[in-house]
Amino acid sequence: MPLREGTYGLLAEFDTPTQLVHAAQSAYDAGYRRMDCYTPYAVHGAAEAVGFHKNTVSLVTLIGGLLGAAAMFGMETWISVWAFPLNIAGRPYYSWPAFVVPAYEWTILYAGLSAAFGMLALCGLPQLYHPLFNAPNFRNGATQDKFFLCLESTDPRFDAKETRGFLDGFTPVSVVEVEY
Amino acid sequence: MATKDVPVNDPMLDPVTGEFAVIAPGHTFKSVTEEISRIVLTTHTPLGWFAGFAIAGGFVIMLMVALTWLFIKGIGIWAVAIPTAWGFAIVNFVWWIGIGHAGTLISAILLLFKQGWRNSINRFAEAMTIFAVICAGLFPLVHVGRPWLGYWLFPYPNTMNVWPQFRSPLMWDVFAVSTYATISVVFWYIGMVPDLGTLRDRAKSRVGQYIYGMLAMGWRGSARHWARYETSSLLLAGLATPLVLSVHTVISFDFAVALLPGWHTTIFPPYFVAGAIYSGFAMVITLAIPIRKFYHLEDLITLRHVDNMGKVMLATGLIVAYGYSTEVFMSYCYSASHWEYFMMWNRMFGPIGWSYWVLITFNIALPQLLWARKFRRNPSLLFIMSLIVNIGMYFERFVIVVTSLTRDYLPSSWGTYRATRWDYMTLAGTLGLFTFLFFLFIRFLPMIPMSELRLMLPQAKVQAKAEPLPEAGD
Repeated sequence: MPLREGTYGLLAEFDTPTQLVHAAQSAYDAGYRRMDCYTPYAVHGAAEAVGFHKNTVSLVTLIGGLLGAAAMFGMETWISVWAFPLNIAGRPYYSWPAFVVPAYEWTILYAGLSAAFGMLALCGLPQLYHPLFNAPNFRNGATQDKFFLCLESTDPRFDAKETRGFLDGFTPVSVVEVEY
Repeated sequence: MATKDVPVNDPMLDPVTGEFAVIAPGHTFKSVTEEISRIVLTTHTPLGWFAGFAIAGGFVIMLMVALTWLFIKGIGIWAVAIPTAWGFAIVNFVWWIGIGHAGTLISAILLLFKQGWRNSINRFAEAMTIFAVICAGLFPLVHVGRPWLGYWLFPYPNTMNVWPQFRSPLMWDVFAVSTYATISVVFWYIGMVPDLGTLRDRAKSRVGQYIYGMLAMGWRGSARHWARYETSSLLLAGLATPLVLSVHTVISFDFAVALLPGWHTTIFPPYFVAGAIYSGFAMVITLAIPIRKFYHLEDLITLRHVDNMGKVMLATGLIVAYGYSTEVFMSYCYSASHWEYFMMWNRMFGPIGWSYWVLITFNIALPQLLWARKFRRNPSLLFIMSLIVNIGMYFERFVIVVTSLTRDYLPSSWGTYRATRWDYMTLAGTLGLFTFLFFLFIRFLPMIPMSELRLMLPQAKVQAKAEPLPEAGD
């Protein structure tokens, strides 16, 4: 990523989740789009308030699970029928009921790994550096007991003065400018 | 806080339901965070921790000695010999992996059932799962005789042009257990990421900030991330649930697919799964009650948890009792098979019949005390009961493995089984390894999920929009 300079956005700190969700909702209604809430736990309604509705983790998981099932079942069939056919007490080479068990396990394995790593990838994690960590109050609260709303400078509606005034209207604890 | 006698106007009691609170009243986001992270971030490690860690470490050294001698001499140093080709190795394997299952039950199944009380105990129950699976996985690996060739179990292209045989339950086991270990670790780690972010932000030392920072992967609590994170947790829980049921089912197939009397039975899969959860809950109690006491976490692991864990143990114990009675019914009343009849007679009154009665006493008779609420709400008594169940469940696997193997169809091939000192050392060694890992875990990782506890506080809910609330909440 190229080094960027200037303001990343304005970060408003709140004491309660209700104030945060209210502010985020109002900002969305006022036309802001490039924004996000930062909370110490999953505040219900915060994602919807910033306009996040399409969650593709489930789709990724489904695809992963199907791939896992196909991979294992295909491998078992290939091994037992073509690559290394063994006659075990006269049982058919293509003993599909027996193959179901490992295929079932791999369905879960692939689906689980897709759910976990897919989630991280969709979130853009790991990302050890983020401009928000520059904010003086962010690391004292965002993962502990404070609630933040950040309106980002890339938003067409963003204007350093006007946006600050807009945020001040929600009586936040503080509004700080975050540098890149 | 009262732990023994419960006064009527105890603040821990909900006045409406009469239930204990999941978190003691009066906690805030900050206090919950501090109470849990102080255990990890303190610079004054309690002396008791060092003492326990050193003792556990001693047992780990014993395990290493036992395994080294095993690798030098071969598995002949164990009591495994025909007819008992599976001795302590498989007993320990099944016992350990069963213990792991309660962790997954708590973290996955209770999450799906929206059992909020699980939040305080799920993290260390999951850690227990992982450490138990490590101990379990060790046994088949060292039992194969040449553990350095253990990778032959996996299908991979090789110069010998040989591939595994997928019709065998032992092969299914490889995939069931490896999947279980992988998914448990992933579930545990993903669940910990937000808390690692908290530790990164709270750590005072440079090293702590660096290590927790790397582990937290830059978690910053974005609402978009949380939304995906919650979906992902729910999906992982939904996947871990059929997984945990399948793992012990597959393990029971190792037995049930064989033709040996006492093994060849269809009750095994459900009965093994129930037994696994039973012993696992016993182990959760064995761990939770001393930790709660030692780290003064009575506010977060309340009598509600203690009581509920006792109830789950009682319920699963009854399923296990049903399994035992089905076995007796099948062999004595229904099978009309001489071999089955003899198997059960031998289990009860044969040379090691005493072990059957130990398991009946420890797993069925004594746990009936859990019907009494007074008993369930007494942490010390429950702790003792959990030890009893752990021992009882060990005997269950011992009885299944040894009585059937030593007395099969042909009296000419009968034998006896007497574990050697190396068997005992390996068993005790894995207990030490488990404890050792657990000590490391409670010292360096948050043993209670802070982010989930915050969500459970009354002030965590978003109120109706119109309210201005300058004074509400934390």
